Amino acid sequence: MKNTVGRDIPQEYAEKYGVFEGQYAKKTSYQRASGKVTPVHPGESKLVGSIREAIEKCGLKDGMTISFHHHFREGDYVLNMVMDEIAKMGIKNLYLAPSSIANVHEPLIEHIKNGVVTGITSSGLRDKVGLAISQGIMKNPVIIRSHGGRARAIETGALHIDVAFLGVPSADEYGNANGSHGNAICGSLGYAKVDAEYADKVVLITDNLVPYPNTPISIPQNLVDYVVKVDAIGDPNGIAKGATRFTSNPKELLIAEIGSKVIVNSPYFKNGFSFQSGSGGSTLAVARFLAEEMRERGIKAGFILGGITSNMVEMLEEGLAEKIIDTQSFDRGAAESLARNENHYEISASFYANPGNKGAAVNNLDVVVLSALEVDTDFNVNVLTGSDGAIRGASGGHCDTAAGAKLSMILTPLVRGRIPTIVEKVNTVITPGEGIDVVVTEIGIAINPRRQDLIDALKDSGIPQFTIEELKEKAYKIAGTPDPIEYEDQVVALVEYRDGSIIDVVRKIKE
Amino acid sequence: MERLRRTMMFVPASNPGMLRDAILYGADSIMFDLEDSISLREKDTSRFLLYQALKTFDYSSTETVVRINSLDAGGVEDIHAMVRAGIDCIRLPKTTCAQDVLDAESVILEAEKKCGREVGSTKMLAAIEDPMGVLNALSIAQSSKRLIGIALGSEDYVTAMKTRRYSDRNSEEIFFARSMIVHAARAAGIAALDTVFSDVNDMETLRKETEFIKQLGFDGKSVINPRQIPVVNKVYTPTEKEISNALDVIHAIEEANRRGSGVIALNGKMIDKPIVERAERILALAKAAGIKIPEN
Repeated sequence: MKNTVGRDIPQEYAEKYGVFEGQYAKKTSYQRASGKVTPVHPGESKLVGSIREAIEKCGLKDGMTISFHHHFREGDYVLNMVMDEIAKMGIKNLYLAPSSIANVHEPLIEHIKNGVVTGITSSGLRDKVGLAISQGIMKNPVIIRSHGGRARAIETGALHIDVAFLGVPSADEYGNANGSHGNAICGSLGYAKVDAEYADKVVLITDNLVPYPNTPISIPQNLVDYVVKVDAIGDPNGIAKGATRFTSNPKELLIAEIGSKVIVNSPYFKNGFSFQSGSGGSTLAVARFLAEEMRERGIKAGFILGGITSNMVEMLEEGLAEKIIDTQSFDRGAAESLARNENHYEISASFYANPGNKGAAVNNLDVVVLSALEVDTDFNVNVLTGSDGAIRGASGGHCDTAAGAKLSMILTPLVRGRIPTIVEKVNTVITPGEGIDVVVTEIGIAINPRRQDLIDALKDSGIPQFTIEELKEKAYKIAGTPDPIEYEDQVVALVEYRDGSIIDVVRKIKE
Repeated sequence: MERLRRTMMFVPASNPGMLRDAILYGADSIMFDLEDSISLREKDTSRFLLYQALKTFDYSSTETVVRINSLDAGGVEDIHAMVRAGIDCIRLPKTTCAQDVLDAESVILEAEKKCGREVGSTKMLAAIEDPMGVLNALSIAQSSKRLIGIALGSEDYVTAMKTRRYSDRNSEEIFFARSMIVHAARAAGIAALDTVFSDVNDMETLRKETEFIKQLGFDGKSVINPRQIPVVNKVYTPTEKEISNALDVIHAIEEANRRGSGVIALNGKMIDKPIVERAERILALAKAAGIKIPEN
């Protein structure tokens, strides 16, 4: 069955989840799900001696669903630690529901092969795990969910978590936790907050046990069942890895500069505007160029949303932005700011991007600057599968912010290596083209024809404008027309749009 | 109007990505390098790669220059391939005397005839990189009609002079060489191009150095990283006041021409040829910097 972005969704999945019909097509009321609560009486301790003991006390059994958060990114020790223990205990057939999976979680491949994990939902899959999944090592397809989509699935009950294992940089014995104090600080605990609220059992794992009450409180004691102290929950260097390097690559800087010009010449660049930008390469550098323009023109942002990095913190401290709303802190500078600056505010992933709640922060966003692996001539974006067809990226907040923001921009070079990034049809659709307004490349921009207002607004900006087809032709002229990727029939991943409908599927790559 | 050469960007010919992207950064000239940045074992492949790049990519109206190897070390092959590929200009390395230019010119002529390219259409640029070349600057500058400019290459020069670069001390060690080159270029009526500034992260010193060479009269500077281009271009961007003065000069001339008046004065001062030339150059620089000049 074809959905509205022209993707063929196999009947069984189309019937089970529904197919994508448009970014605002679904607006269904529902009864909010809730987790099971086991009361804790006076005199009872939540502190347990080991991860194994916590697993036993939670009553984890074959077939249950467990969750983790990815705030420690490439520095995470928690997921591997817990999974190893679970595997040793002989528990099988688990459904794994972390907010995302990083390169460091490569040991998962063994757990999948041994039947410990038989189902996965995640924002994304990286390198080796992604490749293994794409090679078909798991019978059930992985469900790829955006950050907002995951929060929605948890709140509607589509994803019920039996036990949440949440690494926290500081906690007291009774379960009050935050991410901004401790050894391996990660700042916001935005993803973990949702799990803590809705899981039946919540286990906090920390390497920094502090006297009661631990404040500030990001995860409160009334949601927590057990607390475990371990030697280390993560590598502080891995937490910020890659995210906040300021690019010195001239092409990335050029794309960023053009991106900044688009914002400055848009109708949204005025006092009190809001923006979000990604963490790597060009998208991060946009904020730097934008800050210069804001200084020069005396314009202040009302808030910055994200995905927060040190350079956004600097903008807050310089007075270029009034507030930061933070669902994930990308580096130590951001995490430390969260601890000391009351205008730097922590929110949950649901507050951030859940399309099913009573209004997410992305709905208030003026401008979002995003990246892409591929964009097609319908403006559909792929951030999940690579040029070899294997899963190597993550949905993240891509489609959430694109749907919410008034101006959604994609920054991408025309060609990456030998591969065109502007293509006829993207390999996998994560964000539908209807949510994308401008594509920015090193040679100029293409504006979605749906946005005639922007085409007019940017006409005299001095930025070269092309149609998306022209950009594609230029990319193909340099790199040639790419051969289609060959797949087998087996579906290895279902890509949910943020509303829970299926926007695309990923199939097994041909051996 | 003479072509602007504020920035001449070095691009190693061995790097396909850089060959493709060289056009993006707004350099007035792109100088593809087959010489010092290319290892011996990559000389042939780089020449071939650059040939294909020149045939494939659209460098638009940006001037394409190639720095060849010396004639006894692959330079003859370089010239034949580049003339055939349609390069705008051949840059000779380590030019010490006028004969070096003439030797290369005869190879260029032969190459043009061989591939049917218009004779004389391949321009030349001589890089002066040692004390002998500096002392011979004038005869080098006047040696060929093909020469569009001479450039200072300071790294070899300071070594030969038993010194080094002192960028923190106004580069006084190359002041004489710079002066010789800018004088020789002006005497011959061709462009004078300054040496590179090699610390790609020190934009402040680059800016100061560029201001200084602009003051001396250089047309522009060689750059080794695209990020240096806006810094150099900004120094060469005229101020609002300079632009409005230049416009006044041009308008006064147009007005005088309309009236058929021979003597032209502006605010009580006579306007003569050098003032007009300067005004034209300022407007060209302003236009190149993206400043909109009112038509009337």
